[in-house]
Amino acid sequence: MTEFLKRLLKTPQGAIGTFLVVLVLAIVVFGPMIAPYDPEKLSPLARYKGPSAAYWLGTDQYGRDIFSRLLIGARATVVMAVFATIAGTLIGALIGTASAFLGGRADELIMRTIDAVMSIPSLLFALLVVNLLGSSTINALVAVAIAFAPGMARITRSVALSVRKQDYVNAAIARGESSAYIIRREMLPNVIAPIIVEMTIRVSFAVMLFATLSFLGLGAQPPAAEWGLMVSEARRYMHMSAGILIWPSVAIAIVAVGFNLLGDGLRDALNPRT
Amino acid sequence: MIVYTLFVVSLIVFAITQILPADAAVMMLGENATPEALDALRQTMGLDAPIWQQYATWLWHVVQGDLGTSLRTGQPVGPAMFEALGRSLLLALLSIGLMLVLAIPLGIIAAIRRGKIADMVVSLISYAGVALPEFVTATIAVLVFADWMKWLPPTGYVPLTEDFFGGIAHLVLPVCVISIILIAHVSRMVRSELVDVLHTDYIRAARLKGLSRGHVLRRHALRNALLPTITIVALDVGYLLGGVIVVEEIFAIPGIGRQLIVAIQARDLPAIQAGVLIMAATYSIVNFIADILYAWLDKRIQYD
Repeated sequence: MTEFLKRLLKTPQGAIGTFLVVLVLAIVVFGPMIAPYDPEKLSPLARYKGPSAAYWLGTDQYGRDIFSRLLIGARATVVMAVFATIAGTLIGALIGTASAFLGGRADELIMRTIDAVMSIPSLLFALLVVNLLGSSTINALVAVAIAFAPGMARITRSVALSVRKQDYVNAAIARGESSAYIIRREMLPNVIAPIIVEMTIRVSFAVMLFATLSFLGLGAQPPAAEWGLMVSEARRYMHMSAGILIWPSVAIAIVAVGFNLLGDGLRDALNPRT
Repeated sequence: MIVYTLFVVSLIVFAITQILPADAAVMMLGENATPEALDALRQTMGLDAPIWQQYATWLWHVVQGDLGTSLRTGQPVGPAMFEALGRSLLLALLSIGLMLVLAIPLGIIAAIRRGKIADMVVSLISYAGVALPEFVTATIAVLVFADWMKWLPPTGYVPLTEDFFGGIAHLVLPVCVISIILIAHVSRMVRSELVDVLHTDYIRAARLKGLSRGHVLRRHALRNALLPTITIVALDVGYLLGGVIVVEEIFAIPGIGRQLIVAIQARDLPAIQAGVLIMAATYSIVNFIADILYAWLDKRIQYD
């Protein structure tokens, strides 16, 4: 484990990515405690303030402290994205592994169907699901998870196909184990590494998808401090102060870059050949 | 393949629109309609039939080219959607064009100068491009280029046939915003493909034969490295279509993405069904063409 960490931190991607992701996770955990102001407290006399000692990143159109809102909004944005990605990955990994194990006709049917589902852009798919369930944060989570499942199924399948040919799987079949047992105990543990890499990179897509849903009015609802919603609300007031728009955008970018770099770093660390 | 894809998509779309808690009859007649009037309308619209029968009827009409009537406007959905699709395709094609012009040279430079400053600059650009969702880049682009600099109009759409230069001016920002993520993704793919190809034996053999670097790059390496780009670009059409939805909404372009958002907000079932089906069909057809193109080009290389 320590040797793995060393390999991860040796590449610039791995080091910067780990730093950014740890920073973001620290904000998720401790953000609400260190936030200097109440994120929903209105101060009509302190609107559109630039950065100052009192308000580090300035204030927004209602005089709310942008820094506090970002610290508290990290939970709404990042935690949801991580959960949605994990849920989507679990569904996808199960379908993909099962498809690779079953093989033949069943495999072909499952994959063709997955391809068909993937022909609906994931943003559109998420929009439909949210519209179906009603706009709220939890429904947005479900929508993103469902939208991610087909892609993860595809990746898991291709990894699982190579595992399927290994001797220990054949041995388990020869022992007379059930399909469910072999998929769960023999195959899944061995397809996990590449899936974790893909999952890490996808968290950044999930953050963006969530923010986009909120932006379109189908995710978090005002006055929540979700970052996408903050950008969306800032659009009408950006002529007054660009900071309202810039800071949440920077926050989204940091999370996305962080998870992307960490994913690339993990890929290199898990695969010594490249 | 396309037929099966569209069949599955039609099932999904129909299922989703059926579960939607919206009663088409109530939507058309309003909340105050009498139960008798609602029943009568349901009967004429076939809404009292079993679900599978409704699906069969709908599918039969779609196959014949009739996508239904909008609950919102009362007009046929098909013509409106295809007209909107035309505007979106213009946007998408211009974005793909810009992407190809920029992403391939960037990827090639990064691969040739691997580990050098040029490589780092390109990968920095690609990380930045992947990190910002379209709605953020679009909003910032409007703020900087329309509000501060006043170089370009902020939003709106002008048909090219009406005012060519005005139309182009309105398209510059949306096209740039859509292509950023594509450029980031494709330039990275081109780089990694080309790096792989440059390490193969036949490239080394060509260099040892005494051919110049430029010649080997143009005649041997690029041909093989750029082939997979076709598949990647085709798969990226999925992102592209998603991006089009957001960008059209922000820049107020009356394309298919905007139509879909309006339809989803109004719960206009026939319009949602038609829009999703058209988007999925576009994606499948593009990927089908890419597969054929790939096979054709690959064969040429083998027999060359």
